[in-house]
Amino acid sequence: MISIFIRRIVSLFVTLLVVSLLIFTVMNLLPGDPAAIMLGTSATPETLAALRAQLGLDEPLAVRYLAWLAGLVQGDLGQSYTYGVPVAGLIAERLVVTLPLALMAVVMSVAIAVPLGVAAARRQNSLFDHVAGAFSYVSIAVPAFWVGLLLVIAFSTKLGWMPAGGFPGWDAGLWAGLTALLMPAIALALPQAGVLTRVARTSVLEVMNEDFVRTARAKGLSDSAAVWRHALPNALIPVVTMLGMQFTFLIAGAVLVENVFNLPGLGRLAYQALAQRDIIVMQDVVLFFSALVIVMNFLVDLAYVFIDPRLRVTA
Amino acid sequence: MAGVFRRPVLLIGLVVSLTLIAVALLSLVWTPSLPSKMNIVQRLKPPLGPGGLFGTDQFGRDVASMLMVGAWNSLSTSFLAVAIGASLGSAVGVIVAMRRGWLELIVMRGCDIIFAVPPILSAMMLGAFIGSGRFTAIIAIAVFMVPVFARLTLAAARQIWARDYVTAAIGIGRSKTTITLVHILPNISNQIIVQVTIQLGLAILTEAGLSFLGLGMPPPNPTWGRMLADSQTFFAQAPWLAIMPGLAIALAVLGLNMLGDGLRDLLDPKMKSG
Repeated sequence: MISIFIRRIVSLFVTLLVVSLLIFTVMNLLPGDPAAIMLGTSATPETLAALRAQLGLDEPLAVRYLAWLAGLVQGDLGQSYTYGVPVAGLIAERLVVTLPLALMAVVMSVAIAVPLGVAAARRQNSLFDHVAGAFSYVSIAVPAFWVGLLLVIAFSTKLGWMPAGGFPGWDAGLWAGLTALLMPAIALALPQAGVLTRVARTSVLEVMNEDFVRTARAKGLSDSAAVWRHALPNALIPVVTMLGMQFTFLIAGAVLVENVFNLPGLGRLAYQALAQRDIIVMQDVVLFFSALVIVMNFLVDLAYVFIDPRLRVTA
Repeated sequence: MAGVFRRPVLLIGLVVSLTLIAVALLSLVWTPSLPSKMNIVQRLKPPLGPGGLFGTDQFGRDVASMLMVGAWNSLSTSFLAVAIGASLGSAVGVIVAMRRGWLELIVMRGCDIIFAVPPILSAMMLGAFIGSGRFTAIIAIAVFMVPVFARLTLAAARQIWARDYVTAAIGIGRSKTTITLVHILPNISNQIIVQVTIQLGLAILTEAGLSFLGLGMPPPNPTWGRMLADSQTFFAQAPWLAIMPGLAIALAVLGLNMLGDGLRDLLDPKMKSG
């Protein structure tokens, strides 16, 4: 058990290292001088030279990469060119919006998908099953940001029930914060729920034909007790796997949905950094998002071990 | 062919996808009016009135015409991106299946790493340097598709390499390249075709997202994503501007996903569509 854990941790760090190298290479080897890109066409040669020196662009690539890496390890992600503040602080500030948003979306999508998938599997080929199937087809096809726009039209513009966007900050109170994140989270959760419903239905169907579920029924358990206590825990592994695989899309969705709702999250930070040509912020945010995906997949790997005790011995 | 009519999912998917392609192609030769033609007098007219089938936008441009040209822009970008990603990824997959060993380890790790950077973010990184536009969108989507197809073809090809007839081909002295071309590729092509269809849907969604952020084709080329972005200012007066392009995206993705699922059932009965 411990050796598996150590091996996975080592693999996690190697992957993170390679991703950082990849992002650094892309951001630094592409044609174009970061200093010139940041300052625009009107910059004088003197300002350009000063910024190049400030960014350390005169140093060799390898030295710059190692310096960036050393900074990362110490929590120093560099200085934002446009905001004039440390990037680490910027990311932390934005994370308190993006993280709760993503969490709410994950919770909502699981809360919709698992009961729906289980119910559809138990009534295979019934009308309910077909309706659930249609739901997942449609929700996978609609872009999250469009769902966001429709929610704003319906509940903000027409009915006036919800704020159309913006975030009051957690200082305004938990309720105000959660209300501001509710519609964005629904928009983000819907496509995920569609994917997860399909996976939950398929895997429950597979497990329901297993001997242990038949045994559970034979010993007198009710139908729903057999499903919820025996079939579902075994059917959860594919659902958790899919949740991990979908994380990349959740993040991509968050970048878009944050822009629809004007939420000051990480996705919006990346977008603003692009508009302002703030290369350092871009580099750090992209690395942060990618690291999040990698760590998430690592946690999913570990979650298997908790869901399925058999893996503790064999993995 | 009879199989198509016995499978409603495949049939619906086929009809929707073909209609979409037909509309996109039609837009190259005909649209109700010029999609870039402004007519301020007729601005923000609702659908099914003097503003035409789908109404007009804030500049009085015909929404139906813009949607048609948008279909071409969205489909051509997505098709190109998936074609590049599928060719490169499948090539990597079959080569790795042929060589195995450390190459497999490196390529699979590489796939994990590429997979960790969402295409929206790689498009942003590329956009910062080479500027945003169709080329950036295609490259960003294609890069993300490579690991998808590399993983799929590697897994599928490995199964074929274990078959008896491949062992027999090795036994009579056929080269690995010949075996790959004669036995492996024809046997995994169905799975690649199914995956291409499904990934096309994903590419359309991503392209729409990139255009929404202003990272797709530049104006005045209409794209579904940018039409949605532009609609945000006119929610109260003209909600149809936000509804129509979104419906077009959803319909396109729905059609392609259904086509992919239907094809999977038709071509590969062993795999379940879930």
